[in-house]
Amino acid sequence: MALEANLVAEFDQLAKNYPEKRAIMMLALHRLQDVRGWLSPEALEDLAAYLGMEPVEVFGVASFYPMYRLRPCGQHVVSICHNISCDLRGAQDIVAAVCEATGAPLHGTSPDGKFTVTTVECAGACANAPMFDLDGVYHEDLTPEKAKQIVRSVK
Amino acid sequence: MSQTERYLLTRANIEGAHQLAVAEKHGAYEALRKVLKEGIPYSTVIDEVKKSGLRGRGGAGFSTGMKWTFMPDPAKDPRPRYLAVNADESEPGTCKDRVIMQRDPHGFVEGVLLAAYAIRAQAAYIYVRGEYRLPHDRVKAAIEEARAKNLVGKNILGSDFSCEVYMHRGGGAYICGEETGLMESLEGKRGHPRPKPPFPAMFGLWGQPTTVNNVETVFNVPFIMNRGSAWFASLGTANSKGNFLCGISGHVNKPGVYEFSFGITAKEILEQHAGGMWKGRGLKAWFPGGSSCSLLKGADIDVVLDHDSLRTRGSSLGTAAMIMIDDHTSMARVMEIISRFYDHESCGQCSQCREGTQWLSQIFRRIAHGKGKADDVATLEALAKGMAPGKTICALSDAAAIPTLSAVRLFKDELIECVTRQADPLAVPQPHYAVAGGHH
Ligand SMILES: Cc1cc2nc3c(=O)[nH]c(=O)nc-3n(C[C@H](O)[C@H](O)[C@H](O)COP(=O)(O)O)c2cc1C
Ligand code: SF4
Ligand code: FES
Repeated sequence: MALEANLVAEFDQLAKNYPEKRAIMMLALHRLQDVRGWLSPEALEDLAAYLGMEPVEVFGVASFYPMYRLRPCGQHVVSICHNISCDLRGAQDIVAAVCEATGAPLHGTSPDGKFTVTTVECAGACANAPMFDLDGVYHEDLTPEKAKQIVRSVK
Repeated sequence: MSQTERYLLTRANIEGAHQLAVAEKHGAYEALRKVLKEGIPYSTVIDEVKKSGLRGRGGAGFSTGMKWTFMPDPAKDPRPRYLAVNADESEPGTCKDRVIMQRDPHGFVEGVLLAAYAIRAQAAYIYVRGEYRLPHDRVKAAIEEARAKNLVGKNILGSDFSCEVYMHRGGGAYICGEETGLMESLEGKRGHPRPKPPFPAMFGLWGQPTTVNNVETVFNVPFIMNRGSAWFASLGTANSKGNFLCGISGHVNKPGVYEFSFGITAKEILEQHAGGMWKGRGLKAWFPGGSSCSLLKGADIDVVLDHDSLRTRGSSLGTAAMIMIDDHTSMARVMEIISRFYDHESCGQCSQCREGTQWLSQIFRRIAHGKGKADDVATLEALAKGMAPGKTICALSDAAAIPTLSAVRLFKDELIECVTRQADPLAVPQPHYAVAGGHH
C-alpha cells in the first residue's frame, strides 16, 4: 500500500513550511496514526518511501515518542495521567475505575476491542487533576464515578 | 494583599476571546500595529524588553532581551533565522501555557510576531506538545484568522516585516521541551539534545541562527511594547519583574492557574487564593516551581515568590508551578513517582543520566514498597551527586538529581524509617487492577 492520496496532497503542502522535507515527520506520523489507527510497519514504510528515507530511520523516530502507537489498539484509547499532581489527588483510583468500566487491563485492550487503557506522564492539566485523555480530548477534575460515567457513555 | 495589577489573563477571561473580532476589541495586535506603523526599529524592541527586566518563563529565568542580543547582526550574517516557541509544557505541575494558548491565542500570536520581529526571524515555529489538541487547534485557527487580516505572512500591515508562523506538534516526550531536543524533534528526528556550544543563536534549527522562547515569555512582550518597560519594571521585585502565571496543584482546596506579581508570598497564594490545604490538613512539603526544583518544607511557605528569594531557601522558581503535599503523604511515594518520571524521560545519550535516573527510580520504588536496602538512602545521595551539576549534555540529569538531593536532605529520617521497618508507615493501600502482561 502507498500513502493515501489525500495524505500525499496534505504532506506536499506541509513540506512547503520547512526548508527540509523530513521536518514534516512529527506531523505526518500523527496524521498517519489518525487515519490508520496505529503505525504498523507498513505505515512506516509508506511514510519512509514518501520522505525518501530508510524505513528504519522513520521507525527510529516513531519509537522515540510515546504518543506514536506501534502496536494495534482498541477503538478508543484512554490515557490516564499518573504523574505527581494527579497521583496526589487519586490517579490510581481513576486507573482502577477505568479498568473496571472498560474491562481492559492497564496497558491492554478490552476483550471486545473497544478500549485500550494506558497511563501517561504529566499531561499539563495538573491544576485540574486527576485527568485522562480520551481519544485526544481531556477530561479533568475526575472522580472514579465521573471517570466510569465518561467511558461508559462512549458509543 | 500585595496584588497590585493584573494584565496577563484579562483578555483570556473574556468569553470568545479566542476569536479575532473579540480579541481585537480587547486590544490584541495593538502593540504590533504600533511597532510597525511607527516604524519602531527592532533594536528598540530588544532594548525595551531588556530594560523591562523580563526573564524567561520556561524554567531557567534567563533575561529575554539579553538572549535576543545573542542573535548575530543580520547585516553581517544574512542567513535565514528562526524563532522556535517552546509550547512543550511537560514539567510536572506546569499547566500555564495551555491557558494562554487556549484562551488568548491571538495575544500569544502577537507575542510570537513581536519576538520574531525583534530577532528578525522570517519564520516562527510553535512546538506544541502533542497531547495539547485544543490549544493547538485554537492557535492554528488564530494564525489563519490573523493571516487573512495581513497580521501574519508577507509585509505585515503594509510594513517591510514578513513572518510566517507555523504550528508543529510533539509526540509526548518531555525531553523535547529542552531547547535543543526541541530543535532536533522539529527537524524530524529523535529528541536528542545537542551538546552546547554551538548555541542556538549561532547554530539552531537547520544550523541557522535560532532563538527558543517559552509561550508565556513571548506573551508578555506586547504588554511591554504597549505600556512601556518602566511600567513592566514597576511590577515585581528587584530581579524578578512583571506578573507571572502560577499553577498551584496537589492537596489544596482550589487548585488553579492564577496571575500574580513577583513578590507575593507563597503563603498568600496558598491561603488567599488556593483556599488553603484540603481536608484541614497541614502542609508537609512543596515544590515551588515544578518537580525539577528542590522540595521545600511546609515552614518555608512564608517565602516570597521570586528568583532570588527561592534561591536563598535552597530552591528555585522554575516554572512557578507549586505542587502542594499534605502531612498524610509519604515522601517515599512522592519520590517514587518523580524519579520514575525522569527515568521514563531520559533520552539515554549520557550514561550518568541514563543509568542514574534508572537507579534512582528503582531505589525509591523499593523504599516505598518496604524493600529498601540498608545503604539505599546513602546510595541515592551518592548517585544524585554523580549526575549533576553540568555533567551531561542537557539539564535533565540535574532535574532528576535536584529533587532527590532535597528529599534526602529534608526527609532522610522518614526514608530511613521505611528501610529499617521494611514498610512505609505512611503508605496508603492502592486499588487493585489487572495489568497487561500480568505484573503490576
Ligand atoms: C529537561 C528539560 C525540559 C524542559 N521543558 C521545557 C518546556 O516544556 N517548556 C519550556 O518553555 N521550557 C522548557 N525547558 C527550558 C528550555 O530548555 C529553554 O530554557 C526555554 O524554553 C527558554 O525559553 P525562555 O527563555 O523564554 O524561558 C526545559 C529544559 C529542560 C532541561
Ligand atoms: S542529560 Fe539525560 S536527557 Fe539530557 S541528553 Fe543526557 S541522557 Fe539525554
Ligand atoms: S500531573 Fe497529571 S496532568 Fe500534570
